[in-house]
Amino acid sequence: MDILTFMQQMVNGFSLGSMYALIAIGYTMVYGVLRLINFAHGDIMMVGAFLGYTFMAVFELSFPVTMMLSVTIAALLGVLMDKIAYKPLREAPKISLLITAIGISFFLENTFTVFAGGTPRSFPVPEYMEKIFDVSGVVFSVASITVPIVTLILLLGILYVLYRTKYGMAIRALSFDIKTVNLMGIDGNRIIAIVFALGSALAAVGGLFWAINYPSVEPMMGVLVGLKAFAAAVVGGIGSVTGAVIGGFIIGFTEVVFIAFWPELGGYKDAFAFILLIFVLIFKPTGIMGEDLEKSRF
Amino acid sequence: MIEDKIFTNQRLINLAIIVTAIWFTWFAQNTFDEYTIRIINNVAIFIILAVSYNLINGITGQFSLEPNGFVAIGAYVTAILIVDADTMLYQYDIEDPSAWILAMQAEFAWALLFAGIISALVALSLSFPVFRVRGDYLAIVTLGFGFIIKILAINNPQITNGSLGINDIPEYSNLYWTGGIAIFTVLAILNIIYSKYGRAMKAVRDDEDAATAMGVNTFKIKTYAFTTSAFFEGVGGGLLASLLTSISPDLFTFFLTFQLLIIIVLGGLGSTTGAILGTIFVMAGLEYMRFLDEPMSFMGIETDGTPGMRMVVFSLILIFVMLFAREGLVGKKELKDFFKKKKADK
Amino acid sequence: MILEVCNVTKKFGGVTAIKDTSFSVQAKEIYGLIGPNGAGKTTMFNIITGNYEPTEGDIKFHGQKINGIKPFKIVHRGIARTFQNIRLFNSMTVMDNVLIGFDYQATYTYFEAIFRLPRFFKEERRVRKRAIEIMEVLDIAQYADEQATSLSYGQQRKVEIARALAASPQLLLLDEPAAGMNPQETHELAELFFKIRDEFDITILLIEHDMKFVNKLCDRVMVLDYGKTIFEGDIKDAIKDEEVIKAYLGDFKHA
Repeated sequence: MDILTFMQQMVNGFSLGSMYALIAIGYTMVYGVLRLINFAHGDIMMVGAFLGYTFMAVFELSFPVTMMLSVTIAALLGVLMDKIAYKPLREAPKISLLITAIGISFFLENTFTVFAGGTPRSFPVPEYMEKIFDVSGVVFSVASITVPIVTLILLLGILYVLYRTKYGMAIRALSFDIKTVNLMGIDGNRIIAIVFALGSALAAVGGLFWAINYPSVEPMMGVLVGLKAFAAAVVGGIGSVTGAVIGGFIIGFTEVVFIAFWPELGGYKDAFAFILLIFVLIFKPTGIMGEDLEKSRF
Repeated sequence: MIEDKIFTNQRLINLAIIVTAIWFTWFAQNTFDEYTIRIINNVAIFIILAVSYNLINGITGQFSLEPNGFVAIGAYVTAILIVDADTMLYQYDIEDPSAWILAMQAEFAWALLFAGIISALVALSLSFPVFRVRGDYLAIVTLGFGFIIKILAINNPQITNGSLGINDIPEYSNLYWTGGIAIFTVLAILNIIYSKYGRAMKAVRDDEDAATAMGVNTFKIKTYAFTTSAFFEGVGGGLLASLLTSISPDLFTFFLTFQLLIIIVLGGLGSTTGAILGTIFVMAGLEYMRFLDEPMSFMGIETDGTPGMRMVVFSLILIFVMLFAREGLVGKKELKDFFKKKKADK
Repeated sequence: MILEVCNVTKKFGGVTAIKDTSFSVQAKEIYGLIGPNGAGKTTMFNIITGNYEPTEGDIKFHGQKINGIKPFKIVHRGIARTFQNIRLFNSMTVMDNVLIGFDYQATYTYFEAIFRLPRFFKEERRVRKRAIEIMEVLDIAQYADEQATSLSYGQQRKVEIARALAASPQLLLLDEPAAGMNPQETHELAELFFKIRDEFDITILLIEHDMKFVNKLCDRVMVLDYGKTIFEGDIKDAIKDEEVIKAYLGDFKHA
């Protein structure tokens, strides 16, 4: 494999990794404040993609407008999900929450199957996204540059919110100790709603970018991606936003590079994230950024 | 002592139930028509799956999504063992079966046992990374595990015939097998529950840190529960393979796990009786609701079927139960608890 | 000396919860760990039970170092505890709660349980009998088949103690056992602890706030304040000590 092909794979890896990263951030933030694996999060990504399809293919809106609308609706959906299904179960045993999350995930997948049918729809990729640059043999599409850049900007944005704003501080405090935060006069539930809104918004962005890179939209598209994104969050260090992004890039690169070097392993592409997950759990369960969220409950 | 009395009264009732169940199995196999027998076979297998799934999820309180993976393992192991070499050579279209696959032949009983053991060993190896750490990774790992098994099945045609699956599996499963094993499974699980192991599992569920403080090795207990669930799910998978006579990777999707989840939640998470009731309830319900998925003709109007509608309804039911009726049908109670109550009231 | 705490320091990040603390507990003593809230008493318990590891220093049980041993194994060595906020297993009966304490001692295997082999019955009978005996000492045997959470607060406390005793400990750690009790109940509780100490031949280490209770019950005490020891020794001397009186302004006056 020559250096050119390698560079090409790096570009692809960056692109894929960014999308995993965007979705992983939502997982890690919700887990951070609620200790809940929101199984429905991957499906929010799917909803984002479908909203994009609806706005662009059906209503023929432009991509930027579509992005704004989809992101807003997804954020609201996330907040709604929390309000209807998770908030009533705040004091319930953890397993009830997890089961409900699975239920919502399944509900979203099947509702979209009912309304949109199981056959994949073709996402209308805007032309300027498909434009190709050739930089000394390495091929970039506008999309493959835009995605990582937007991801990094959003990551910085989230970090800014977390570390430089009042709300962000409340979110971080919530990750440590939810009861104390409530006693401090902060409305824990409102903060949680914000977390859901942010996470879902990012997932929707991820969904739209995914639809641009792989222009086929169907109700189950969020399942595998969501799983890998959660694995990315764990690999990077669950609870850490930076970790989620690092984890996302690692998974993205691994998938692309492995297939490039060993094409015969192509069928196992989807297994890498899982293998990495097991690896991390065995050797460094707190992940790369290493925050131990499970502080002793004594 | 009171304890002794309860032991013996209990034993009589239990014996009566077991005898009735055995009799029913014989009776059904010889009386009912093929269609009904098929349904009862299915129910029996799902009882095996549900009752064992309940052990890790409901009794030990560890949220796991493992069944479809272990059912798949059990099904494939059994199929490979009971399909004879000639049929395999003829059937495997993508690639020729490996020599060692051809060589593996066994009687049905051994095949089932082996299916269970292999599943248990896989579960054991998963237990180390997952239960060693705090956190809720079991669900994600088992979810991913199900996918991995499917990927492995598709990508190893020399073992599994890939996406084409294995067909012409000898049909050994009849009510004696499914019913008999179901009875055994229920008894085994109940015996575990009413022993120090079951108590420890419940302690882990109720308050893991307090359980540790009382000397319970929580890692070991979780591993026991998970491995046991996997064992019976593997056996169930084997029975399923021989019932359907044809298996493929598509058969063992997350939907199977979701069905079992609904079953144990509706029945009452943590109750074996609930799991049994839930199985009957849900299987009947799925059949009943089939009409939602199919094209309907109503007063001269033809509507297209809406595939997935059944599942929408089911997921709504699951969410509803979680929010408003978390205890399901019987909560954590077992059959004997209902009798105890009556005694206390007297 | 059954338990020795040697120069233990515990830091959590930037916070020093316990600073260079040492004390020892002798066999069959009733030893009190007292001090204002946040002084580090529960942290000390958690270090002894193995939930935390000391940043510096050692814990020795029967002369052997036990830092770093997993909590469930420390129970097997002979140290059991109760919790400040009663943590009973809320889905189980009183009897089942107590039986958990016997988990390590009931020696039948998983296999024997599934197939109901003779050893299962023998061991179950044995531990159940022991459980009833313990419950009788605590006067709760009549509630054996009740749901643990349906009992009154005082009775639930006793169930927790019975559960800890079931583990056959040589050292019993009690975290604020008299919390939420009125004077009559605390008096009975003190009598109960004397009885337990003698019947079960054990040593008791307890955390408490109630000074009257401590005065009546404990042989020796250690007084902690902000993680530092401000007194260690006989209870009689503790009451007169100036530092102690300063830290507890007024408390001992009522003792």
